Formats: sequence, structure tokens, C-alpha cells
Amino acid sequence: MNSFNRLAVVISLATLFPMTAYAAAPADSKGTVEVVHWWTSGGEAKAVDVLKKLIEKDGYTWQDSAVAGGGGAAAMTVLKTRAVSGNPPSAAQIKGPDLQEWGALGLLTNLDEVSKANNWDTLLSKTVSDTMKYDGHYVAVPVNIHRVNWLWINPEVFKKAGIDKAPTTLDELFAAGDKLKAAGFIPLAHGGQPWQDSTVFEDLVLSVMGPEGYKKAFVDLDEKTLTGPQMAEVFSKLKKLQGYMDPDGTGQDWNLEAAKVINGKAGMQIMGDWAKSEWAAAGKKAGTDFECVPFPGTKGSFTYNIDSLAMFKLSAKNNTPGNIAAQNDVAKVALEPEFQYVFNQNKGSIPVRSDLDMSKFDSCAQASAKDFAEAGTSHAQLPSMAHNMATSLAVQGAIFDTVSNFMSDKSADPATAGKKLYSAIKSAQ
Amino acid sequence: MSSVAVFSKASPFDALQRWLPKLVLAPSMLIVLVGFYGYIFWTFLLSFTNSSFMPSYQWVGLQQYARLMANDRWWVASKNLAVFGGMFIVISLVIGVFLAILLDQRIRKEGFIRTIYLYPMALSMIVTGTAWKWLLNPGLGLDKMLRDWGWEGFRFDWLLDQDRVVYCLVIAAVWQASGFVMAMFLAGLRGVDQSIIRAAQVDGASLPTIYLRIVLPSLRPVFFSAFMILAHIAIKSFDLVSAMTAGGPGYSSDLPAMFMYSFTFSRGQMGIGSASAIMMLGAILAILVPYLYSELRNKRHD
Repeated sequence: MNSFNRLAVVISLATLFPMTAYAAAPADSKGTVEVVHWWTSGGEAKAVDVLKKLIEKDGYTWQDSAVAGGGGAAAMTVLKTRAVSGNPPSAAQIKGPDLQEWGALGLLTNLDEVSKANNWDTLLSKTVSDTMKYDGHYVAVPVNIHRVNWLWINPEVFKKAGIDKAPTTLDELFAAGDKLKAAGFIPLAHGGQPWQDSTVFEDLVLSVMGPEGYKKAFVDLDEKTLTGPQMAEVFSKLKKLQGYMDPDGTGQDWNLEAAKVINGKAGMQIMGDWAKSEWAAAGKKAGTDFECVPFPGTKGSFTYNIDSLAMFKLSAKNNTPGNIAAQNDVAKVALEPEFQYVFNQNKGSIPVRSDLDMSKFDSCAQASAKDFAEAGTSHAQLPSMAHNMATSLAVQGAIFDTVSNFMSDKSADPATAGKKLYSAIKSAQ
Repeated sequence: MSSVAVFSKASPFDALQRWLPKLVLAPSMLIVLVGFYGYIFWTFLLSFTNSSFMPSYQWVGLQQYARLMANDRWWVASKNLAVFGGMFIVISLVIGVFLAILLDQRIRKEGFIRTIYLYPMALSMIVTGTAWKWLLNPGLGLDKMLRDWGWEGFRFDWLLDQDRVVYCLVIAAVWQASGFVMAMFLAGLRGVDQSIIRAAQVDGASLPTIYLRIVLPSLRPVFFSAFMILAHIAIKSFDLVSAMTAGGPGYSSDLPAMFMYSFTFSRGQMGIGSASAIMMLGAILAILVPYLYSELRNKRHD
């Protein structure tokens, strides 16, 4: 019954929003824009604050509706109830395939005017702009590109364990793991939460099957690929890799595991580039104190996770020219260099526009930007499955269940895991 | 002035007095009707539709229930609930009754000890779950402590073992609830007529016999109340699992409430989530209805 109460609370809170939201707008404001997001951690909050200041400088009022918790799940619940009750915010943090679902419901406005005026089509790479479009029109503004297939290394630990170079193939990764283990370190810091398990899983799929196979498996959900012998190999590699993972990592948050690498207790971590914020917070420098390399066997490919702000059709009550101008201003400012620099330096990601000076970023971000451009020409820019860029949430959930269950089951058979994966995906569709 | 009061006695104040209780109760009544029964009904409707990530009203009959029944995770969650609920209720009752009987022996410092046992109930399940997550984590808690003390071979990693993790939930929940059961029974024991006990003692009955055959059977209503409260704590347990294991490793410690939440709210499968919520409601009604029936019937006989 808990859930009913929660839902009731959320809905009643949501109905309170309009009263508080517009009462707060000062009289001299040209218009108000309300933004629902979950950028609430230290660096993220700082980055959002920059956007807020830029909007206010243009004379609009920024109405902040940050909803923390559950990796955005709580914010989505608020958003859904508000959309159902006909009172959506101006903008909300929505990404990937979800944009298509919201677009299909007819709730998103189109940003053709802003995008034309600011040449989005030339500024953004095709991968990014396609993700932001519903039915050929821009419905959201991208703010950053995260790379997921990174391996983070503490070089000091590697030196102590007698490893002279970062692993570039899976066999080298296993060899490095053996050496780290022998030297008494945790080879691989890993928190056993489903999304972390699946992040490793998708890296392995990319490493074993290459970009073509990855696309077939997670974008096309092709039966042959999902149940084939290569998938069995992925699962057996996953079982092997699990032997190197932190034995106390079950249910652990990724940043606590990152701390183990930072403190020299563990040698490596497989994580997206947001991990950099933890290193930066500990005062470490990219290149000297820590190394970032593409996950072994995935050099040349780039699994992306793009955050974006979707723009909603305003409800009749708020649909004033001022509010629409404020909404368009957010879309414009989010892509401007000033915001792109600060936001991405804080988030660890790279800017969405390719014309910015990357020398303001650290070596990891520079490498990331270069790889993104290269992967664009070789068709190896791939949507991350574990971060909800490739499939619907239901299918993603089915993959999470299968992968995490495979990892926690000691007697699981890699040969049949692919069939289980496929049937789970089928039943979720 | 006084004469005016006498004359107007019959009209506005009287009406107000008649309507006031109803007026005061109306908002909460409305909230209960809409926020509780209304949404139960809505959930019931949604469970027959193809609602995915927003509610939709396209009728699909029992398809969502069929998918639920075919879902392996749902069965793991249901089985966990049976194991967790059963062990939690039985162990809490046994420990609670035992502690209550010990405390009933008119010992010194009773108030102090009672508070200590009752204290876990003052914590929320989130705190309990987090504390026990740390205590049972092999790298941090009891396990590490005993190994640091020199007991090298000690290994207690149930939290990471998908077959045993549900027992960890039982340990934490029992720790929290048994003090409360103790308090309920202690109140009951204090209500037992001392002369009955003395009469039994005169007849030469030993203390265990007195408790087992005379005192405890007379506490039947307390057993019922304790059982009801524990049963609904078990069925709605969400916060404990969410704080302690988040359903892991894999989904081996999932409970139906966790299942419902993740499918409805984070996975965009509202139809199947609603179906699971209705199944949970059914489980609660299956316990509640016979209980209410027996209670109400007894009242009528009195």
C-alpha cells in the first residue's frame, strides 16, 4: 500500500506546483521557465547554476524544480503526474529513446525556430541531432556527451604490481588482473548494482562483437546475435571478469568503489567518464595521478550517453509569449560556449558542439572528443544500453535482470544465458 | 442578553452543532475515498490495460496477469515474501513472547530494559536496513571484526549469497520488530488476573506450565493483533529491502513491493506493475477478511 500513498503524495504535491511556481515570479520578469532536472550533486548543481545565471541575465525568471533521488526515477514520477494533470514544466531532463515516447504522446513542443536561427544542424554531429529529433523536428536541446566505455587506472598501483602498460585487449586485462591479485590489490573495483553490472556487460559485448555486433544486439535486438556463440563467449568472459571484482562490492555505489581505486586499494574500475569528477574532487590530475583508456578491445568505438533538456508544450494558462521566449532562451543558452565549457568541465563529459577549444579540458576529455569525432566517420558511435540510450526502459530492465542474475548465480551457464536474455527481452517488448 | 440566547437556542447553533462533526470529518473522508479507494480502483483498471510508461485505457484483458505469471522475477519475489514473512512473523512472536515473560518476573530496572528492547522500533526501516547492511557486509561488519580478532576461517557472507540473502532481511526485521511484540505481550501479561496464577501455584503447577497452559491461551486477542501488525509490515516491506539490498544480488532478494515499484515507475511497464499491486492487495485481503469476519462474528455473540 506504500506505493499508493507515495503516488498520492506525489500527485498532491504536483498539484501544488503551479501555485508556488508563478507566484514567485517578479513583476519585471519577461517570462518564466521552469526546469525539472536531477542534477543535484555538487559539481552538477554548480553547472546548473551557471545556466540559471545566464537565463536571468537575459531577463527571464528561472524556476528550479530539482527532484533528487533514484537516478532520475523520482523526477520522472513527478514529471509523469504533472503531464497527466495537464501542467507540464517548460523543460525537463529527458534523454534518448524516452524523447520519442514523450514525443509520441504529443507533449513536446518543436524548437525549429531556435535551431534554425542558431544552426544546430551544423553545430551538432548527426548522431546527436538525430537523438534530439522527434518526427524530424528538434524537441530537446543536448547538453553533454558522456563516454561510457572507459577503464580507469591507478598507475601507482599498477607499478607496485609490476604491470608496465595499460591493457588494450581482454587477455591483457585478465593478465593485469592476475598480477594485481597476486600483489594483494583488488584488481577491479565494481559495485554490484544492476546498472553497473550491465555497463561492464555492454563493454564486453562491444569488445567481443565489435560495433556491428553491438548494434545488432542492443539496437536491433536481433535473435541470432543475442543467442549466438559470441554471446556465450561474452557471458563466459563476464564470469571470468567477475573473479577479479571487489568481493565486498555487492550493492555498493559506484563512487565508493571509485574511492578504492583513488586510495590505491584497487587497480582499475570500468565506468563512464563521470567517474572523473570523483578523481577531480580528490585533487588528482588526469594523465599523472590517474589514467583513462578505452575499455580493452573497444578502441575506436564510442558508447555515448547524452543528457538533454526536452521542451514541453506549455499549458494554456502559461502559454504566454514571455514564457515561450524564456523557453527558447534556455534552448539557445544551453548550447552556447559559456555554458558548455562550465557544465562539461564539472560533469566530466565533452561538449556537444565540435567547434569548441578542447585545450580548456583535461587529457581524458580531449581524448574523448577526438575519439568521438573518429568514431563518427567509422560508424562506431554507439548508444549505451546500460544508460538507456539504446532501448526502451522495459527492454533495458529485462537485460539488467538477466545480466545481474547471471552474475549472482554461481552455477549459471554462459551457453544458455543468451537464450534467457532473448526470451526476457521478448517478454518485455 | 440571556433571554436572546434562550430564544435562539433552537436555530443556527444547533444546526452547526449537528453538522460540525460531519464537516470536520469530511476532508479526511474525501482524502480516504479518493486517495485510497479511488486509486485502488484506478490501479485495478490499469491492470487490464496496456499502459506502458503513461496510463492508457486500451483494454487487453488478463494479458498483464499472464505476463506477470510468466515472469521469473515475480515468482522469486513472491517466494521471498513467503519465506521472509513466515520467518519474520514466527521468530518475532517467539522472541517477543519470551522476552515479555522474562520481563514479567518483576525484575529490577524493568523500565530501563524495556526501553532498550523497544528502542529499535523507534528507528525507521531505512535506518535499520542501512545499519544491518554495514553490519552484515563481509568487508566492513561482523565478519571482518571476528577475523580481525583472530578467527581467520570465519566467513559470514549471506548478504552476498543469492540463496541466503533473504535470511539477512529476516534478521534485520526481527531485530526491529521483536521489541514491539514484547511490549504488546507485556501489556497483555500485566492484564492477567494475578489470582488465577496464584490459584495455579496452589495447585502445584510449575511456572512454565502456568504460562503455557493458562496465561498465554488467555492472550489470544494479543496474538491476533501482533500477527496482523507483523503480517502487514511483512507484505508492505519496501524500505527495508530498498535500503539493505536493493533487491540484490541480481533480483534474489526482491519482494513484491519492490517489484511493483520498479516496473511501474522506473521501467515504464505500468500495466504489469498494476497487476502485481492488485495481487498484493489480494494477498492482504486474504488475511484480513477472515480475521475481520471472525472478529465481527465474535462481537455479535457477546
